[in-house]
Amino acid sequence: MKQQIPLVLVFVFGVLLAIQYFVPSEPSQRFYEVALDGLTVIGIFAMVLGIWSQIHVGYNKIKRRAEDWQYSVVTLVSMFGMAFCGLSFMGGLNGPIFRQLYNNIFIPIQAAIFSLLAFYIASASYRAFRARSAVSTVLLVAALLLMLRVIPTGPLADPINQIGSWMLMVPNMAAKRAILIGVGLGSVATALKIVLGIERSYLGKD
Amino acid sequence: MGLIISAVVIGGGLLWMLYLSIKGQDVDRRIVYVFVGATVALAIIFRLEFGEVATPIVKSVFDKIENLPAGSKIVLSYDFDPAMAPEVNPMANAFIRHILEKKHRLYFMSLWATGQSLLSVSLNDVLKPEFPDAKYGVDYCNLGYKAGNEGVLNVVITNFRKMFPSDANGNSLDSLPMFKDVESLKDMDLLISVGGGKPGVKEWILFAGDPGKVAMAGGSAAVSAPLLYPYWPRQLIGLLGGTKGAAEYEAELIKTYPRFKDKSMPALRMMGPQTMAHVVIIAFIVIGNVAYFRSRKKGGQL
Repeated sequence: MKQQIPLVLVFVFGVLLAIQYFVPSEPSQRFYEVALDGLTVIGIFAMVLGIWSQIHVGYNKIKRRAEDWQYSVVTLVSMFGMAFCGLSFMGGLNGPIFRQLYNNIFIPIQAAIFSLLAFYIASASYRAFRARSAVSTVLLVAALLLMLRVIPTGPLADPINQIGSWMLMVPNMAAKRAILIGVGLGSVATALKIVLGIERSYLGKD
Repeated sequence: MGLIISAVVIGGGLLWMLYLSIKGQDVDRRIVYVFVGATVALAIIFRLEFGEVATPIVKSVFDKIENLPAGSKIVLSYDFDPAMAPEVNPMANAFIRHILEKKHRLYFMSLWATGQSLLSVSLNDVLKPEFPDAKYGVDYCNLGYKAGNEGVLNVVITNFRKMFPSDANGNSLDSLPMFKDVESLKDMDLLISVGGGKPGVKEWILFAGDPGKVAMAGGSAAVSAPLLYPYWPRQLIGLLGGTKGAAEYEAELIKTYPRFKDKSMPALRMMGPQTMAHVVIIAFIVIGNVAYFRSRKKGGQL
C-alpha cells in the first residue's frame, strides 16, 4: 500500500497533466490551476519538514557541543529572529525591522559570499589554467578573448568584440542548443520512467 | 592620476609575480588574494571608470522601449536574490528610469520570494524619489511575489486575475485603472525578466513570450547569459548580460537622457573595479603559463 498509492497518484497526475498541456480549454485550465494550488500546498508541507529538520540538526549539534556548534546557534537565532520580525504585529514583511535586517544584513552577506568567487577565480587562473593539451589551449584562448572583450582594449576593441561575438553566437550557441535538446529529451525520458513506475527512487528505501 | 598610480602598483606587482614564477618559486595563494583585493580597492578609491558603448544585443532592448508609444504596457519581473542583486539590480533600476521617462505603464512582479523585498528597495530608492509624479495604479503597480514558478506564467498568460486577485498591497486589480484593459500577459507590449536563475528569463520565454507572442527582453547575471544567447534575436529581442550589459544600458540612457547623469549609475561605477580585476586575471593566466612552459623546458613539473 505504501508503495502503490504514491505510484497510482504519480501515474494519474502525470498522465492528466501531460494531456492538459495539449488541451487549450477552460476546464483543462481550471484543472491546471487546482493542480498548481496543490503544488503550493505540498511546497508548504515540504517547508515545514525543512524547518523541522534544520531545528533538529541544529539543536542536536548544540546539545552535543559538536564541532562548529556555534554556527548552529547563529543559524537558529537568525531563523527565528527573521521569522518573528516578519510577523504581522511586528510590521510584516514590509515592516521597518524586517526591512532593516533584510537590507542591511541579508543582502550584504549574500553579495559578499558571491563576490568571494573573484578571489578563487584569480587563484585558479594562476595555478590551474594551463595550456597542457590542444583542447585546454583552445579553452584558454577562448577564455582570454572573451575576457578581453569586456575590458577597454583601444583600437583592438572592434576585432576582439567581433571574434568574441562570433564565439558566443556560433560555437557556444551550437553547443548550448545541443545541450538544451539533450536535456529536454532526457527530461522527457526520466518523466516517463517516473510516471510509468519504472523509476522509483523517489519512494525511498522502505 | 588615479589610473597612473593604479597602473604602477598593479603593473609592479604583476612583474614581481612574473619574476618569481620564472625563477620557479611558487606564489602563495594568499598573495594572489591580497593582490586581487588591492586591485579592486584601488579602482574603487580612485573611482576608475571606462567609457561604455551599447552593443547590438543591449541596444535592441533600449530601442524597443524607446520606440514604443507612450502608455505602452510593460511587465518588469524581479526574479533574483540578494546574491545576484549587485549585478542585476542596476539593470532593473535602469529599466524603471527608462520606462517611466517614456511614460509607459509599468507592472512589477516577482517569481522569486526574495525579489519582492529587492523590488521594494527599487521603489523607495529610485521610482518614488526620481518620479514623484508617477501615480500608483495609473503609471505603475506592484503585483508582488507569487509562488508557483513557471506555473504562475502558465496561468497569467490567459488570466491575470486568477493568479493575482489583488496587488502586493491588497488592492483588487479591478480597482487599479492601469488594469482596466488588461486581461492577461498577452495584452502587454513588452515583458522583461531580470534574474539569473530558475525561474528566470528562459522560463519567461518558454511560458509567456513564445506562447503569448509578446516581445520579451531580459537581464541576466553574466554567468547565465551564455545560456540565453540561443534565444536571441527571435525569441528574445535583447539581453543585458552581467554588469557589463547593465553599464552599457546605463551609458545609453545617459546619452539619450542627460538628466540621469547625476543619478546613481552603479553598473558604470562597478565596471572600473571589474575591468581591473579582469586585467589582473588575464595577467595571472599569462604569468602562470609562462612559468609552466619555462618549467617544462627545464624538465620540471609545475
